[in-house]
Amino acid sequence: MNLPVIIKFVIDLLAVLLLALGIKGLSKVKSARDANRLAAFAMSLSVVGLLSYYLGTSGIAIQSWIWIIIGSILGSLFGAILAKKVPMTSMPETVALFNGCGGMSSLLVALGVAIFPISGGQENFDFFKSLINEVSISVSIFVGAITFTGSIVAMAKLQGWLSTPGWTQSKVRHFVNIVFAVASLIAFFDLINGNTSSIWLLVVVSSLLGIGVTLPIGGADMPVVISLLNSYSGIAAAAAGFVVDSQLLIVAGAMVGAAGLILTQVMCKGMNRSLVSVLFGGSLSAQSTTSSGSGEYTNITSCSVEECALTLEAANKVIIVPGYGLAVAQAQHTLREVTKKLEQNGIEVVYAIHPVAGRMPGHMNVLLAEADVPYEQLKEMDVVNPDFPATDVVLVLGANDVVNPQAKNDSSSPLYGMPVLDVQEARTVFVIKRGMSAGYSGIKNDLFDLPNTSMVFGDAKKVLNDLIGELKDLGVGEK
Amino acid sequence: MSFISLLWVLLLGSLLGLELIGKVPPTLHTPLMSGANAISGITMLAALTLIVKAEGNVPLLIIGSVSLGFALFNVVGGFFVTDRMLAMFSRKPSNKK
Repeated sequence: MNLPVIIKFVIDLLAVLLLALGIKGLSKVKSARDANRLAAFAMSLSVVGLLSYYLGTSGIAIQSWIWIIIGSILGSLFGAILAKKVPMTSMPETVALFNGCGGMSSLLVALGVAIFPISGGQENFDFFKSLINEVSISVSIFVGAITFTGSIVAMAKLQGWLSTPGWTQSKVRHFVNIVFAVASLIAFFDLINGNTSSIWLLVVVSSLLGIGVTLPIGGADMPVVISLLNSYSGIAAAAAGFVVDSQLLIVAGAMVGAAGLILTQVMCKGMNRSLVSVLFGGSLSAQSTTSSGSGEYTNITSCSVEECALTLEAANKVIIVPGYGLAVAQAQHTLREVTKKLEQNGIEVVYAIHPVAGRMPGHMNVLLAEADVPYEQLKEMDVVNPDFPATDVVLVLGANDVVNPQAKNDSSSPLYGMPVLDVQEARTVFVIKRGMSAGYSGIKNDLFDLPNTSMVFGDAKKVLNDLIGELKDLGVGEK
Repeated sequence: MSFISLLWVLLLGSLLGLELIGKVPPTLHTPLMSGANAISGITMLAALTLIVKAEGNVPLLIIGSVSLGFALFNVVGGFFVTDRMLAMFSRKPSNKK
């Protein structure tokens, strides 16, 4: 082994170690930020390692440098700008977009290697020299294309640019997707047989498959899909690692792939959905219209902001249940104002965070942290559920399915078995909501019919602003 | 590197990934997903390799460069956005006004 090889080996090893430590560190609140920087450092280190290796062995042509610089500057610039500008509420679609681009990158690498056999004496680099190369190129293209189109569709759906077309809810979609899948398989074997032109067929049908699989999935399940696609992009990276013969790529890709799978599983558990039903079941609301979930509300109590303020003033313990509606209304800061007033009056305030509150696990924590809510006040579902019977007032803000008692009581409900917050155990429940529309699942919420539940209709931000005014009038929080 | 040893690398990498992420509080799932997503942009190394080995083949240089751009968009954007999210957690409660 000569020197450049040894140096690259050491740097790669170090990079893998740092990446692993980075992922590990990301799992603790205290170390997470440093861990993220560590991972970023490891990535730059790996680039230095690769470039120094080529400088020390074959050298890098001026022309190559030019294209490296062009690609790096444009990619980094757009990435940094988007990352700085995007609002916190659009985090899921942003992750989807980044993820899709990662998949695209793997796809292009495999395509490049496949179309233009690289000369230059590297024994592993001859196009289609071995079966392994062909297989890894195909896998990289297949997974990369699915990741790209799937992520873009997921992003577009979350942004509201795309709705769910009606035909995708019928059985036709399975047939269409099977056709795409079979076509991919045919292209794959054709490619291995040495028919290079079928690579384009593979690109096209796997792209279509990505769209066909993602399009029928409803908004509620989108986070699961994004997480799964995140896992795919890791697999695509690992496949690209086989294509260019890089252990570092394989390790990092495999780590991300495995981590993504675990996250996906966690999310499915939180929503009481199996991965199979998410992927093939179509939109949940489409099923539930025919099941027992739908029905009319019979016993709705609506009340004014003033009554709500009076009840809050008399309370000792208040639990806030925030949901995505709160984030959409950008009301987390206003909410913080309300809870500050209550705290100043000696009222105990806690936030109950359902595992899938917001749109992804942890999304709500990020949004509340943005509004300066102390981390210790955020309680997870298992911790807070026993507290509800001893709670005077529960404020439900823009959450719906996660407080539906049907999940516990009605075995015919599609939600049955999903872990929910037992808000109905509290003395009084206020649900702040714009109207009687259903939640993500499209299912009637039995909570609204209960005698201890009152609805406060209005936009979350406006209601909270009014609430601040009413609390001020009552002298709450002004000692 | 023989194919078999690369397969071992793949296997061990996957197991490492499963182990690393086993116990994460739900709070951190979104940042973790975003951070892991940034790491999946490691394909930038493959893109770099492609460019370096293109040897004056312009279409290949362009494909490599575009691929590198996509990967870096993923990496840089991913790390920045993760940092933005995590910055909110690291504020100490005593700093509250």
